[in-house]
Amino acid sequence: MGKTLYEKVFEAHTVRKLPSGQYQLLMGLHLIHEVTSPQAFSMLEERGLSVLYPNRTFATVDHIVPTASQLRPFQDDLAEGMMVALERNVAKHKIRYFSLDKDEQGIVHVIGPENGLTQPGMTICCGDSHTSTHGAFGAIAFGIGTSQVRDVLATQTMSMSKLKVRRIEVNGKLGAGVFAKDVALFIINKLGVNGGVGYAYEFAGEVFDRFTMEERMTVCNMAIEGGARSGYVNPDATTYAYLKGRRYSPTGAAWERAVAYWESTRSDADARYDDVVRYDGAEIEPMVTWGITPGQSTPVLGKIPLEAQFEESERESVREAYAYMSFEPGQPMSGTKIDVAFIGSCTNGRMSDFEAVLDLIRGRGFKVAPHVKALIVPGSQKLRKEMIALGYDKIFTEAGFEFREAGCSMCLAMNPDKLKGREVCASSSNRNFKGRQGSPAGRTLLMSPVMVAAAAISGHVADARQVFGLAN
Amino acid sequence: MLDSKRIEISGPAIPLRGNDIDTDRIIPARYLRTVTFDGLGEHAFEDDRRALKAEGKLHVLDEAKHASGRILLVNKNFGCGSSREHAPQAIMRFGKGIAAIVGESFAEIFYGNCMMLGIPCAVVGASQMAELLAAVEANPELTLSVDLRTRTVKAGKLSVPFEMPEGARTQFLEGNWDTTGELLSGHAEIRATASKLPYFSDFG
Ligand code: SF4
Repeated sequence: MGKTLYEKVFEAHTVRKLPSGQYQLLMGLHLIHEVTSPQAFSMLEERGLSVLYPNRTFATVDHIVPTASQLRPFQDDLAEGMMVALERNVAKHKIRYFSLDKDEQGIVHVIGPENGLTQPGMTICCGDSHTSTHGAFGAIAFGIGTSQVRDVLATQTMSMSKLKVRRIEVNGKLGAGVFAKDVALFIINKLGVNGGVGYAYEFAGEVFDRFTMEERMTVCNMAIEGGARSGYVNPDATTYAYLKGRRYSPTGAAWERAVAYWESTRSDADARYDDVVRYDGAEIEPMVTWGITPGQSTPVLGKIPLEAQFEESERESVREAYAYMSFEPGQPMSGTKIDVAFIGSCTNGRMSDFEAVLDLIRGRGFKVAPHVKALIVPGSQKLRKEMIALGYDKIFTEAGFEFREAGCSMCLAMNPDKLKGREVCASSSNRNFKGRQGSPAGRTLLMSPVMVAAAAISGHVADARQVFGLAN
Repeated sequence: MLDSKRIEISGPAIPLRGNDIDTDRIIPARYLRTVTFDGLGEHAFEDDRRALKAEGKLHVLDEAKHASGRILLVNKNFGCGSSREHAPQAIMRFGKGIAAIVGESFAEIFYGNCMMLGIPCAVVGASQMAELLAAVEANPELTLSVDLRTRTVKAGKLSVPFEMPEGARTQFLEGNWDTTGELLSGHAEIRATASKLPYFSDFG
């Protein structure tokens, strides 16, 4: 009986079994950012410990960075304080820092892959739940808390239980106007926001085989929204082609050895899974969330489901969602007025996300509706520069979008980009929790970047296939 | 360390109803702009509490009758969303200090973060949770006890079994849930494991 990638990588990184019954697992890559690391460094120092593998630890700043101007000191003293703390910690412990000053900064889950730090067959952790993103490369990647950040700094290991593995296959073809984000929202809608608790998700099937790395990242990013701490795709030629030539990718003879190792970590054809589910890609439509969890979604042409369509145990959350969103059950989603449109985040803030929109708006005279504030926020400074070099900033600005500096921006409420009052935001991010985008009453509708663009232009939720004239 | 043992935690409870309560609600992101965990307690559930106040209602955390609560009762998938440890850090600093959580299920990262902080999370069945919530709502002064030796939550006449992985339970009972020391003691094995992984040295 063969093994899954998850089992192989877990076993190769197991240091030993601990008396608690958990395993001590070695981490191949530790990414840190300003929000969840300062307390970890303090604890480390209180205990008189140092960083065991500084060369396997990489830092950047993303959550608190303003996207209108990145000039220091930041206007927000608290944010500036966090910058200073991080700078001090990385200098003291000799950790490689992708900094603002050097124009290398970006969302931690964008810069890891972009620089070739994220590689197959690794274990990767970061004090951030969307670390699952890196699983797109066939790594076992997961979010950790601050005390675990302390442990990984001190020992490059953490204690973990073994997860079960659910293989999620999406076969066939996706229709026009259906993107990786829709696949992610569809899966979470089917399996529930806690359906993945206790599991790692292996994403597979024809749709994932054809996906680019950036598309795979979008789906793995949202594994955590389905309750699965890790999600991964087996590495293949697409993965290796993406990695070739990146800053931290192996070179020369080491490249061949690396590919051989990466290949060896792929799930065996006869691997045993704890669960397997299969979907037909043709069934998936452009999705949009209507509620306060990423699972509360509907195809864009659908209606907000009735309470009776849910199981008893879910109805309270559903009532809470209707009340918070001020939406009526049975109301169509299409036509819902929006105030803000946000394209960015570690889910959908990469080149292909922006290009998908550009390809549809370029030279066609589309303009953002006058009442909508629309933001384009690249996931990293490197990407931003590439976009400017290609003239993308101009196309977006001419169409009425604001083209911002790199950062987490409106994905969460830690920097100046926030919703106000009860504003409704069409967002390419990953969480529609109450208050997530900065206003305690703000409302988030998750959807793909192309759907966000369609909403920005129409002024309300709209089927991108109609707005842009897409046909199968 | 004697006081690191978690054998039986007892005290009044706070019945916090609702599924899928995420860590953004437990501690809104704006309070993450800090380099310490001090003072987070007073901001726990701040937006939920404010929203209810604006409607002239009180959040359960603000009700005087629950002011001395030490055990938090929750429903399903508690602590989902962001991995921020600030969430359990805020909970353990709230009011008199929450020392244990009893719920139907917990999000994985949240559960692990609680472990690291010495906060036992006890998992009970849905119908038992309903009984516990009802009992505390009917009698806010009721003393609950979460007994890790017998894996039971007791509340007056109610006695409810709970689930907890054996390893976690032992760590709480023995007081060695703080993992750093244990992990450090594997130093030689850590180096040995690293040396067998090709990418640690060979892909340069
Ligand atoms: S973009 Fe959003 S989800 Fe991603 S790391 Fe930043 S805040 Fe977290």
